[in-house]
Amino acid sequence: MNLAFVVMLPFLGACLPPLVERVSANRTLMAFAAALMPATALALLVSPAMQVFAGETLHSTLPWIPSLDLSLAFRLDGLALLFALLVLGIGLLVILYARYYLSAKEKAGRFYAYLLLFMGAMLGVVTSDNLLLLVVFWELTSLSSFLLIGFWGHQTGARKGARMAMTVTGMGGLALLAGVLLIGDVVGTFNLQTVLESGDVIRSNPWYPVILCLVLLGVFTKSAQFPFHFWLPHAMAAPTPVSAYLHSATMVKAGVFLLARLYPALAGTDLWFMLVSMAGMLTLLWAAFVALFQHDLKGLLAYSTISHLGLITLLFGLNREMAAVAAVFHIINHATFKASLFMAAGIIDHETGTRDMRRINGLWKYMPYTAVLAMVASAAMAGVPLLNGFLSKEMFFAETLGSHQLGALSWILPVGATLGGVFSVAYSARFIHDVFFNGEPVNLPKYPPHEPPRYMKVPVEILVALCVAVGVFPAITVAGLLAVAASATLGGTLPEYHLSIWHGFNLPLVMSFVATIGGVLAYTQRRRLFDVWARLPQLDAKLVFEGRVQQIGRWAAALTGRFQNGSLQSYVAWLVTLVAVIMLTQLAPLSGLDLSQYSLPMDGVAILCTAMLVAAALLTTVLHRHRMTSIMSLSVVGLMVSLLFVRFSAPDLALTQLSVEVVTMLLLMLAMYFLPVRTKVESSSIRVIRDILLAVICGAGVATLAFLVMTGETSTISQFFMDNSKPGGGGTNVVNVILVDFRGFDTFGEITVLGVAAMGIYALLKDLELRSAKYDSLGRPWARDAHPLILVTISRPLLPLALLIAVYIFLRGHNLPGGGFVAGLITSVALVLQYVASGVGWVHSRMPGDYHPVVALGVLLAGLTGVGSWAFGYPFLTSDFTYIYWPVVGKFELATAMLFDTGVFLTVVGATLLMLANLGKLSLLDDKREDA
Amino acid sequence: MELLVALIIGVLVSTGVYLCLRARTFPVVMGLTLLSYGVNVFLFSMGGLKINEVAVVGMSENPTDPLPQALVLTAIVIGFAMTAFLVVLALRSQGEHYTDHVDGSDGEDQGGAQ
Repeated sequence: MNLAFVVMLPFLGACLPPLVERVSANRTLMAFAAALMPATALALLVSPAMQVFAGETLHSTLPWIPSLDLSLAFRLDGLALLFALLVLGIGLLVILYARYYLSAKEKAGRFYAYLLLFMGAMLGVVTSDNLLLLVVFWELTSLSSFLLIGFWGHQTGARKGARMAMTVTGMGGLALLAGVLLIGDVVGTFNLQTVLESGDVIRSNPWYPVILCLVLLGVFTKSAQFPFHFWLPHAMAAPTPVSAYLHSATMVKAGVFLLARLYPALAGTDLWFMLVSMAGMLTLLWAAFVALFQHDLKGLLAYSTISHLGLITLLFGLNREMAAVAAVFHIINHATFKASLFMAAGIIDHETGTRDMRRINGLWKYMPYTAVLAMVASAAMAGVPLLNGFLSKEMFFAETLGSHQLGALSWILPVGATLGGVFSVAYSARFIHDVFFNGEPVNLPKYPPHEPPRYMKVPVEILVALCVAVGVFPAITVAGLLAVAASATLGGTLPEYHLSIWHGFNLPLVMSFVATIGGVLAYTQRRRLFDVWARLPQLDAKLVFEGRVQQIGRWAAALTGRFQNGSLQSYVAWLVTLVAVIMLTQLAPLSGLDLSQYSLPMDGVAILCTAMLVAAALLTTVLHRHRMTSIMSLSVVGLMVSLLFVRFSAPDLALTQLSVEVVTMLLLMLAMYFLPVRTKVESSSIRVIRDILLAVICGAGVATLAFLVMTGETSTISQFFMDNSKPGGGGTNVVNVILVDFRGFDTFGEITVLGVAAMGIYALLKDLELRSAKYDSLGRPWARDAHPLILVTISRPLLPLALLIAVYIFLRGHNLPGGGFVAGLITSVALVLQYVASGVGWVHSRMPGDYHPVVALGVLLAGLTGVGSWAFGYPFLTSDFTYIYWPVVGKFELATAMLFDTGVFLTVVGATLLMLANLGKLSLLDDKREDA
Repeated sequence: MELLVALIIGVLVSTGVYLCLRARTFPVVMGLTLLSYGVNVFLFSMGGLKINEVAVVGMSENPTDPLPQALVLTAIVIGFAMTAFLVVLALRSQGEHYTDHVDGSDGEDQGGAQ
């Protein structure tokens, strides 16, 4: 039987209740749908449980991401089994309880879905056999508890409480992840079994303190330990079944579960003792003290939960095996009595309409049955003999007495424990006395209160019965489970102990006696205590937290505003400054810059062309306010660059550059036509100097870098392409074969980008209205003759000629300079020339003006060519070629790469024309407006 | 010859960066065009410079490196597409906000459209 399947069951089950909700609004049906999967999981656990009781540990592993050492590994040992039983068992009771708690108006399906989601996550946490997987489930519990706390999202309190819980536990989860990653680094694996066996390695590692602190951050936030306890009382905004389940029995127990789980790996050091036991002690005392003063029924229970979690933490922190046994025992006991108390509180809330203990009094008369259940449970909470709470509390007292790790100050532990006991008794007394006695109810929203529906009490009855059964017959009820769970916690060994109600007159019994008497006394003197409390400064954690969150938001906004100020200039300046700094720091230490070094001698033509290019580039920059001149000198730069490509054996690049140059110039002209004509002098001279400085540093840096690479030793992978171009790709023009074959996938991506850019332009130009200036920057009007006769006359016969050349360039591309890109650009230029010469109207009356289908067709064709090779069992974009003989042409090569190149061709033509024709149409609109 | 090419790259990058730092869209577009020339030549030069050694099988004993050429070829086309996108973005911004400023100011003073 696979454990992973059991863990998945609640997740599967989460789909059922919402599905049922669509069909019927019957809450009973939904509850059954919700209970189905957890009940199945529980049943499936029976036979593995037998194996665990026999001393085995079950493992099941499915690989997930092996490279990260992350696997779906699950284990079932005593500790996991104990928690799985708690999660599933109490979960089922909560499902039953929620059936009656939720009103008919509420979305019960969604509620159950969240609850089951949480159940699955919690089950995953307790059964993970891989630390990373455990963190994944850990985060899932945070997420699902956020959904559950915020279930009544229309209430501010619920939203804020949910947010707070999410933030605190989420941050703890991040810390835990960091800690787990460090553990994995130290141990070498995330496998839990290995980690547990490597305790000595971890403890002796210098990173141990960091690991411990990070893991404890996760634990303390989850288990609401001081100083992270503040979120739990605010999580009480959740529906009470959620509080009963998450905030007493399970989720907050995930923290102490982790303490137990990693006990063999992390415990046993002084640092562990100091951090864990002191945090536990502080939490125990402070929360027990505060609990007494809560007027909200659930508030009292929430602080009591925090206090009991502190007790468990303190026990784990004592570094004593027997203390760990007591801690595991108290986890069981606390889960049973606290869940039943929350349910009882929910019943009272449900029947009276309020949770304010100043108004709820004397309910004994109205609901005696519930009163008895609640009183037994709170007696267990107070640690009254013959109930389960008494047993673990006795063990707790005994352990605090036995610890001598604080040296001369060791008395602090038992005294603190007794004091905690006093408060615990006092608030339990308050819960019983205030709610069920203490006069008559005051101004209840629902009056008179009466007993809840029959089945709403069943979960409480079961839990209270367990409290009594464990309390009276510990040896035959809980002993077996406790033994396997505790031995799994301790890593196999188990100290000698006996679970019994009577240990004779000893010090722990005296402490219990003192605690009980003291608690009752404290409760009778509550008026004075309340006065003291009223004089203490009150701190609303919610306000503080929200304030902090908003403050962080303001800081972030201020910081963002500082950098993201809406000025492209400043962004570019930051970026370029960074580049300049990197250039300076990285290039400065490089030696070997020898300007006399070269492999090719200079010649006159090269010097002349370089001079022209430099002059043109500088002219473009200096004259950028005279836009026409600037564009013209820019075109000189482009032409010189294509000459550079010609000179240095790159005919394909030269062809491409040359044809792109034409369309770029057209584009810039159109831009110039619509953008404001004048560029005012905006920058101060200081800024101009700064910019020149930045520009020169960057330029000099890049030039140096290029020079170093060009004159230095380089190794190249190109021999492979040269060797395989003909036999593998069927073409001799290696550049083209790389484009359409070797690196065809890159090219496919690139034409897709081209298509996307074209579509983006199309979308941006839609419904755009622009007015162009009537005059240029020197006050000259635009030429009146939009379509000069000579241009028209020359351009028309050019079109077929250009197309012929395009076809030629395209066909020879595989073997000689040319190919789809160049051919596409030549075709575009020829067509764009028709637009320029004869106008949009003239062109569109002769050919369709829609270019986005062309782009799509191109990308599709290229993609299909790639997919086509799958049909023959080859990887994406494998090309094939053959030779055919044409009558006149002779031997001709036919390659699938050519089909791909056709796709490239179509995309280039479509995209270029889509861009330019749509921009051109804008001017047409502008003209029409003028005519009108 | 390498020195000349390095000089060309340096000048193209410098002028490109300088223009990109201007406050209006038009010089920024021009600057990006210059910068992309510079980057293309830079990438191209990474394969080393050779004269009359075209990378076509059978045309040269010691051909030049074809890989940077293939990279630059697509870079040229995509560079054009990006320039076009930028131009249109500038136009749209002009159409929506009636300003061609990219320095974050409102651009009260309009050069065009009188």
